[in-house]
Amino acid sequence: MRKAFSETLYECAKADSEIFIVVADISPAGAMVKFQTEYPKRFIDVGVAEQVMIGIAAGLALKGCKPFAYTIATFALYRAFEMVRDDLGYQNLPVTVVGIGAGVTYSVLGGTHQAMEDIAIAGAIPNMQILAPCDPLECIDATRYCATQQKGPIYLRVAKTGEPTLTENAIEPFIFGKLRYLRRGTDVCVLSYGVVVKLAIQVADRLQTEGKSVSVVSCHTIKPLDRGGIEVALRNHHQVIVIEEHVPQGGLAPQTKQIAWDTDAQCVLHTFTLRDEFIHNYGTHDDLLAAHGLSIEHIMKIVS
Amino acid sequence: MVVDTLGSTRILIDITAAKRRCNKFRRRILEVSQQVQALHIGSAYSCVEIVDCIYFELMQSGIGGSSPDTFLLSKGHGCLIQYVVLEELGVLARRDLDLYCTPGGRLGVHPDYGNPGITASTGALGHGLSMSVGMAYAEKVKGGKGLVYCVLSDGEVQEGSTWEATMIASSLGVNNLIAFIDNNDLQALARISVSLPSFYPVADKYSAFGWEVVEVDGHDSEAIYNAVASRRGERPLMVVCKTVKGKGVSFMENEPIWHYRSPSPVEYQQALRELEKAQA
Repeated sequence: MRKAFSETLYECAKADSEIFIVVADISPAGAMVKFQTEYPKRFIDVGVAEQVMIGIAAGLALKGCKPFAYTIATFALYRAFEMVRDDLGYQNLPVTVVGIGAGVTYSVLGGTHQAMEDIAIAGAIPNMQILAPCDPLECIDATRYCATQQKGPIYLRVAKTGEPTLTENAIEPFIFGKLRYLRRGTDVCVLSYGVVVKLAIQVADRLQTEGKSVSVVSCHTIKPLDRGGIEVALRNHHQVIVIEEHVPQGGLAPQTKQIAWDTDAQCVLHTFTLRDEFIHNYGTHDDLLAAHGLSIEHIMKIVS
Repeated sequence: MVVDTLGSTRILIDITAAKRRCNKFRRRILEVSQQVQALHIGSAYSCVEIVDCIYFELMQSGIGGSSPDTFLLSKGHGCLIQYVVLEELGVLARRDLDLYCTPGGRLGVHPDYGNPGITASTGALGHGLSMSVGMAYAEKVKGGKGLVYCVLSDGEVQEGSTWEATMIASSLGVNNLIAFIDNNDLQALARISVSLPSFYPVADKYSAFGWEVVEVDGHDSEAIYNAVASRRGERPLMVVCKTVKGKGVSFMENEPIWHYRSPSPVEYQQALRELEKAQA
């Protein structure tokens, strides 16, 4: 996904001289080397200094540039939170904060490097938009949106590298602010975003072997959330399942429950999130998710 | 215009006019202070000459009254001085200041981006220098000739984010950035020299980070002007301005209470008399 991001940003930057990237001692790798070589003035490495990374990005935007601020999600969003809130959110500047290794994808780095609450934190800021693509292809679309919009700040939640492609056969294209059906069924709808859409697809496959007709949705735009789309999904399926790599508060799961309550939804609604606990396990990304109940076995026990 | 010993020319400022303006601004701030409570009058008074010099002596004028230069007040709590200067320049209307901090008005205790003449929303300390570095850098990359002027408080220099910006500024080569510290040595709670003596010497810290540094009397308009006009210009410039909090009104000077307080009607009259006397 990082590679898809850097390739796309490089392509966008070739066409638009207002695109800058400010990094804090970490490189998006891939095509970013080309970006840095060809446009050295538009590549700024501030060192390990996330607050000034956001402040400089804000200053660039105040002069009409389209900056991307890029580093590990916890540092980009948590360390520099007040800069993200005041400089970007309050001033409503079109800066994209790219948080990499979001969720618990840094599965051996420990809790200091795991952004389990990033959606709640970014989502609490007025004017902030949040995009969480599920695979490298969707990351291309999301990055293009970020590079061309002028509406305000965006938190772009990116995983790391080597994620599988999930959307090559999607029945719908990426449209900012809209749910994206990757497949469409009539009985069950699995809503998810980010790289755990992979797990959502596994759940859907399993339910289909049980004879159910299943929709799978990539809810890539977490803010503004497609409330109308979720209302329709709740109305048109007997069962809705939310799978989310995020703590239980402030993410897609509680918002879906809220919409279900507000619209008097009649379906069965199951939500699966990380627990409200720090993770002290190490292993693969799947191992960490499983430690908090985000595994095919656990989910199937409850939903089938 | 004079020729100095090195043979270069300098334009000396009209010091009488500067003094007259600054006195007028202090009186206008006093007037506004009768409308609402809590306005950081002492913080505004300590940087009157600095802000006046930037707007009236240093910033270039451009087409249609706009300037290619940028001014950012990082010490947003002192923004009454910026408001009254913008009023003088016709950027803000008298009505804007009449409605200061009231329903229906658009000016609050801290400057808000989007209001006329306001470059960025500040007030939360430690944000302005980073944004100024970003703006100065953008200006250079885009080939603009504009300078970026940024005024910091000495209290906000204690923020770690300010030091991140200090370190990166010279590395990025933003020699079009000119910053000022309003060094009145008096923050909300205490004297810096007493509570945080390691703050000093402050100028040396900026030199160590690759800045060009000058120390001046921050109430001497000519000294402020010359510090900028005679800079070498290869690196970002920090003008450390020694100032007095509450400068211009005897009972406000160096009194921490005037960080927050508005004058009572009696204090207002007394302050006005002092300023009128100084003007005469």
